[in-house]
Amino acid sequence: MQRFINNPDEVVEDTVKGFVKAHAGIVRLGSSNPRVIAARHAPVPGKVGVITGGGSGHEPAFIGYTGRNMLDAVAVGELFSSPTAKSFLDAAREANGGKGVVCLYGNYAGDNMNVKMAIKLAAKEGIEIATVVANDDVCSAGPDEREKRRGVAGEIFMWKCAGALAAEGASLDAVQATAQRAIDNCRSIGVGLGPCTLPAVGHPNFLIEPGTMEVGIGHHGEPGVRVEPLKPAADIARDMVKIVLDDHALAAGTEVVVLVSGLGATPVNELYILNDTIEAEIVGRGLTIHKTYVGNYFTSLEMVGATLTVMALDAELKRLLDVDVDCPARL
Amino acid sequence: MQQFDNASAGDIVLSLADRIIENRAYLSEIDGKIGDGDHGVNMAKGFGMAADRIRGNDMSLASAFDTLGTVLMTEIGGSMGPLYGIMFTQFAETIEASPSIGADTFGAMLGSGLEGIQTIGSAKVGDKTLLDALVPAIEAFNGANAAGKPFADALDAMAAAAEQGRDSTRDLVARIGRASRLGERSVGVLDAGATSCALILATLASGAKQKLLKSATAGH
Repeated sequence: MQRFINNPDEVVEDTVKGFVKAHAGIVRLGSSNPRVIAARHAPVPGKVGVITGGGSGHEPAFIGYTGRNMLDAVAVGELFSSPTAKSFLDAAREANGGKGVVCLYGNYAGDNMNVKMAIKLAAKEGIEIATVVANDDVCSAGPDEREKRRGVAGEIFMWKCAGALAAEGASLDAVQATAQRAIDNCRSIGVGLGPCTLPAVGHPNFLIEPGTMEVGIGHHGEPGVRVEPLKPAADIARDMVKIVLDDHALAAGTEVVVLVSGLGATPVNELYILNDTIEAEIVGRGLTIHKTYVGNYFTSLEMVGATLTVMALDAELKRLLDVDVDCPARL
Repeated sequence: MQQFDNASAGDIVLSLADRIIENRAYLSEIDGKIGDGDHGVNMAKGFGMAADRIRGNDMSLASAFDTLGTVLMTEIGGSMGPLYGIMFTQFAETIEASPSIGADTFGAMLGSGLEGIQTIGSAKVGDKTLLDALVPAIEAFNGANAAGKPFADALDAMAAAAEQGRDSTRDLVARIGRASRLGERSVGVLDAGATSCALILATLASGAKQKLLKSATAGH
């Protein structure tokens, strides 16, 4: 294991410390909890607070999306492990401007439990937390079980739309409804070429045989729907587009946003290679690409692989998505 | 009737921590087969932190459970933090007002721990989770107690049923949590949560039995 770490048990502490130093103009540590990152400007009185939380190791997610017109606060978990209920509660406190808080998170067992407990604790202090649970990962469950699907990179678009709407002064109900519509309009797929290792564990937590790839892999190496021989990028890109769009009946002419994210150890140039075919395929299906993001937006430690997210736009989502943001991640 | 003092039994939680810490690598190894491989790491971290706060403070069993539950819930996170956290804080609340703990109190304690888990988790027996060890263990304890068996025998029945329940997870398909993504591929491997739960219950049983012996020799 060749890694830049100090103590393997303190990877998250050390990450957060360096992160806050790098982006001190935008973010700060939670006032009473070092496992919370808050926007410098938060809380904004009279604004719905927008928060999320999740395990670490996905940087720049989740903390990198804290900032103006984006997330007000983020609960930080151990690597690949849900933040505590207390951290979700403290994130809600940091974000609470008196108009309620919306917690927009992924569909993982630990997050579900800790958010549930945080909602109860927050209610005791008069903070209302509404939630939207992301489920954009197409391969994590069938179309008849969408409620079981995991949330992945589509969460970024959900945060962006909700963050922009909240900044306009919208109500808690409106922000929640728009966040829900944003994630409902997203579909994602991951392809893994190589595994990742939690430093405290010291060995890869799953295997991908050389010369093969895992289609539909999850953000922690959850198994995909099939393992097959590694193919040329154009073929993989075509498969990714097919899986994502076959799950999402979009009328010709629909405007979409495309996100191609690396999983941590894939060179960015290869993401562009994928995107070349991805865009051609999407356009070939009669859709219009409004905007494309290519880079490491939502990673999984040093996993080799990439994800594709396609979000269908309507007029409101397009307007919100185009609002400028100021957060550590490049958006 | 067999019972032991609540006030002097906090050290049972220290032995729980010792056993979890001893099994850090083993629990992570099992978890690594179908999960992230961090179960032992996170459990050892939480139980170790709790032990540091309990050690030397001459705590009652109720306070020691409360300390452990609070640490797990507020500082560990993941799935196991809230699940075990709520179980131990419920244990604490149930026995708090009882100066001595007999089989009925102990059974009530186990039951409220399970209820707590069920308020936040949605797993059922057979889903390949810690409930596969916990639920049969509680049933065995209550069954033995209802049949008029001594407290110590009921504890033995609890530990044995927990271990059997743990072993039953080997043949189960995971239906919840990260391992559930594996579907059929999760068969053949023990569930890490059921394994740590069986370890906790067995250690709890032997700790409580030692206290019962002490009470008996002290003439209680």
